[in-house]
Amino acid sequence: MGIKILKAGMLTTIQDPGRIGYRKDGVSVSGAMDQDALRSGNLLLGNKAGEAGLECTLTGPQVLFESDALIAVTGADLSAEIDGLPVPLWRPVAVAKGAVLSFGQAIRGCRTYLMVQGGFDLAPVLGSSSTYLRAGFGGFEGRALKKGDRIAFKSDVVHLPERMNWSLSPDFYAPVHEHTIRVMKGPEFELFQEKSIADLFTRQFIISKAADRMGYRLEGPVLQLKTAQEMLSSAVAFGTVQVTSKGSPIVLMADHQTTGGYPRILQVLSTDLGKLAQLRSGDAIQFELLTLKQAQALLIAREQEMNQLKQSLTFKYINHD
Amino acid sequence: MKKTNSYTFYPLGDSAIVIQFRDQISEAIHQQVRAVAAYLDEFSFEGFIEYTPAFTSVTIYYQPWVISYPEIHDLLEEMLIQLMDDPPIPPAAVIEIPVVYGGDRGPDLEFVAAHNQLSSSEVIAMHTAATYLVYMIGFAPGFPYLGGMNEKIAAPRKEQPRAKIAAGAVGIAGQQTGIYPIETPGGWQIIGQSPVSLFDLNRKVPALLKAGDRVRFVAISEIEFMKIRRENGN
Repeated sequence: MGIKILKAGMLTTIQDPGRIGYRKDGVSVSGAMDQDALRSGNLLLGNKAGEAGLECTLTGPQVLFESDALIAVTGADLSAEIDGLPVPLWRPVAVAKGAVLSFGQAIRGCRTYLMVQGGFDLAPVLGSSSTYLRAGFGGFEGRALKKGDRIAFKSDVVHLPERMNWSLSPDFYAPVHEHTIRVMKGPEFELFQEKSIADLFTRQFIISKAADRMGYRLEGPVLQLKTAQEMLSSAVAFGTVQVTSKGSPIVLMADHQTTGGYPRILQVLSTDLGKLAQLRSGDAIQFELLTLKQAQALLIAREQEMNQLKQSLTFKYINHD
Repeated sequence: MKKTNSYTFYPLGDSAIVIQFRDQISEAIHQQVRAVAAYLDEFSFEGFIEYTPAFTSVTIYYQPWVISYPEIHDLLEEMLIQLMDDPPIPPAAVIEIPVVYGGDRGPDLEFVAAHNQLSSSEVIAMHTAATYLVYMIGFAPGFPYLGGMNEKIAAPRKEQPRAKIAAGAVGIAGQQTGIYPIETPGGWQIIGQSPVSLFDLNRKVPALLKAGDRVRFVAISEIEFMKIRRENGN
């Protein structure tokens, strides 16, 4: 047994860490926009790394539990409730068969993750259960969830942790309302005019309405190349900031195309992608420039934190091994 | 790879490194890209995630907590020095792509012909005579960037892009020709349609083409089109 979707919400899709190994075939990586939230959710439940969850956007879904479950809700605070009672974020929560999980006002952030212990029972496509909306495959029938969809759990057995009176420290997770996005120089950074480079770090950019899983178009000062030139298409990544021929920047997000032909002015640090995923249309961004060395040091520290978390949480579920 | 200084390295963020060859489209540079790709297909290393070949570059995604930028830089440089002596490039596959030209399946064939002061059958003859090189795959699953089109059938993009172009549509945009892998809006001049799917999850290897392959277009009739469709189960 598993869950049944009673209301779809704005955009609810199944996502995991992403589809790896097919970029050379033009297949987008997809996966959770906020990987830290997804990963923490799996750790909180004692899951294997890489289990898929529901990525819910701003207006969350309404979900009926058709069997007992242990869940974790991580990421944005979208006022999750079970049968009218608030659901604490960042910790395991026991749910009885027949309970209804719903979401209300979006208080903080943009994307929340519903994870279940053991994971959802899905048929991976090309090694991943992430939904690839543009190509229409992966996840649940290659599309966003809708009313009436039923998703089974892999296991009907719920393993409760020894005690339930703990949650992740709020300090562990980057504050979702923090608007400084740390970046490195992109490959074509030096091709831009000095004025544009100065604007990039002294002025703010606003996330426009054209912001989805493929990318965020930003509004702000126009960024201009020293000399106009045609670029040959080459690879891009999650967090690449491209500048269109009209001079407006686009940050590429999880569903981005594998290659692009616009100059790449910046690259968002891997550690800050989750933060970016939690910002909404209308939010302001302030870029802060770091070096490659600093960026890698931050990422390595993040990885160590995650591993420490894993160690301490494994201990909580130790009786079940 | 004759010249030692014919490539550079640069980071694409904290988790990817780019090997950049000289920045112009040519078969010689493409062969260098292919040699690197073939090597990476054979020999992986700790921290390697995957790679994306492009016209003049190969981007390698990696885990910096396993291998740092200076480490991966040195490792790839060593690989390139080895490859320079004797690049082991696998033989190129030649793949024939059947196409129905003109009519409803190629509504812009006559425009392309008129634009170049040719007849429709001359356009078809030139489009099918060439052997095209798949420089890279990008934009969408299985979409090939092809080189080698006869300049005599070049045509500008449509001023008003179509809202919907069918999967398999064969088009011309400027000096480029290509095939749409999925239904999408687009501004290419559509001269025909292929019943063969560029990306099919029911195949063992979903992408029909890969960088380095050679492609030839073969003109077929509407009956043959329907027959191939039936055989492929779509």
